Amino acid sequence: MIAALRKEILIQWRTRGQVIAVFIFGATSLLLFSFGVGPNAEVLRQFSAGFLWLALLLSSTLTLAESFHAEMENRALEGLLLLPTDPRALYYGKAVANWLQLSILGTALIPVMVVLYDAGTERVLALIGIVVLGTAGLSAPGTLYAAMTAQVRSKQTLLPLLLFPLIVPALLSSVKATSLVILGDPMESLRSWILLLVAFDAIYWALCGLLYERVVED
Amino acid sequence: MLRCMPELAIDAEGLSRRYGRRWALIDVSLRVPAGSVVMIAGRNGSGKSTLLRVLATAIRPDLGRAKVAGFDLLSHRQDVRNATALLSHDSYLYEALTARENLEIVRRENVMSILQRVSLADRADDPVSTFSAGMRKRLSFARVLMQDPKVVFLDEPYGQLDPDGAAMVDEVVRDLKSRGVAVLMATHQLERVGRIADQSLTLEMGRVVRP
Repeated sequence: MIAALRKEILIQWRTRGQVIAVFIFGATSLLLFSFGVGPNAEVLRQFSAGFLWLALLLSSTLTLAESFHAEMENRALEGLLLLPTDPRALYYGKAVANWLQLSILGTALIPVMVVLYDAGTERVLALIGIVVLGTAGLSAPGTLYAAMTAQVRSKQTLLPLLLFPLIVPALLSSVKATSLVILGDPMESLRSWILLLVAFDAIYWALCGLLYERVVED
Repeated sequence: MLRCMPELAIDAEGLSRRYGRRWALIDVSLRVPAGSVVMIAGRNGSGKSTLLRVLATAIRPDLGRAKVAGFDLLSHRQDVRNATALLSHDSYLYEALTARENLEIVRRENVMSILQRVSLADRADDPVSTFSAGMRKRLSFARVLMQDPKVVFLDEPYGQLDPDGAAMVDEVVRDLKSRGVAVLMATHQLERVGRIADQSLTLEMGRVVRP
């Protein structure tokens, strides 16, 4: 798995222009969402968590689909599968690399959200922690579905269609937890939402690893 | 009196494979002893690549059974993969990675010595995207050697190579053979491979016409 992860990180580093483009896409989405609400600072702040996760979700489909571009070139994925390696190690290598990339993207979008929506909080570490946990919930099934749709011509359409319904529980938990960190938590329910998110993450990561071989094999 | 039978690297019976409604491989049987070189001849589209891809577990057969390196092709696919290596039409290389990094995906030891063997040591740290077609072929060949296999499948190994590269392939195949590795080679270079091969089979429209 370490070799697979190293390969993914090297490829991501060499094609980092794509990462910057995805960040700009996410930041632009946040800006456009603010136009939809109008210049009402209170409402903007109230919706900031939802908008952050929507921007991350839309950006993630680009990141996830792109992560299999290199695998399709020269049929490198087939070459990997024919190596004496457990396909699960290949999956977890790619999923962890995607998770890392989405975590960095989410963390980088936080200051954009704070500036655009006046959604500052003193609990920055808690916010980053939720982004890390939430993006884990996106990247595990996202990597699986990206593998499934990588060889399909309309993958940019198919990937979100398959992925979005599956990640609703993780997305809901992430939005609620982020919202509680930004707006305050009078009922002290943050812990419950984080536990729910961790539970969904655990299910996604365990199940998707098991299913990967079936998805990519002939 | 006991007769010593040579160990079989490949024992295939009735292999068939179709793409959609078209059968690309029909009832192919072959037995390849360890340490032998088999030439697979045939026109374009005759099923050579499909046969190699089936035996290397890249695709599944629709009918038939086979043992490769002693492992069942269908029930022990991972074991077959541990014991085989395929040089495909596709290079299996990552364009963004260097030659060295591409080989390190397979194994981290002996990378430079293998690159030296395929005359790419001086380009070890250059990205594959800057390589010519011939250099990519050499690197794909190096990738096969990195796997230290018992059975090697070579699909058009001489394609895009210069005369030095073709001589390198001959030398490596002879070396593999001397180490007991079975080599199946699909090729149009009949005369050249005929000098190295122990047996040959010819495919036509997916069927073996000359065993």
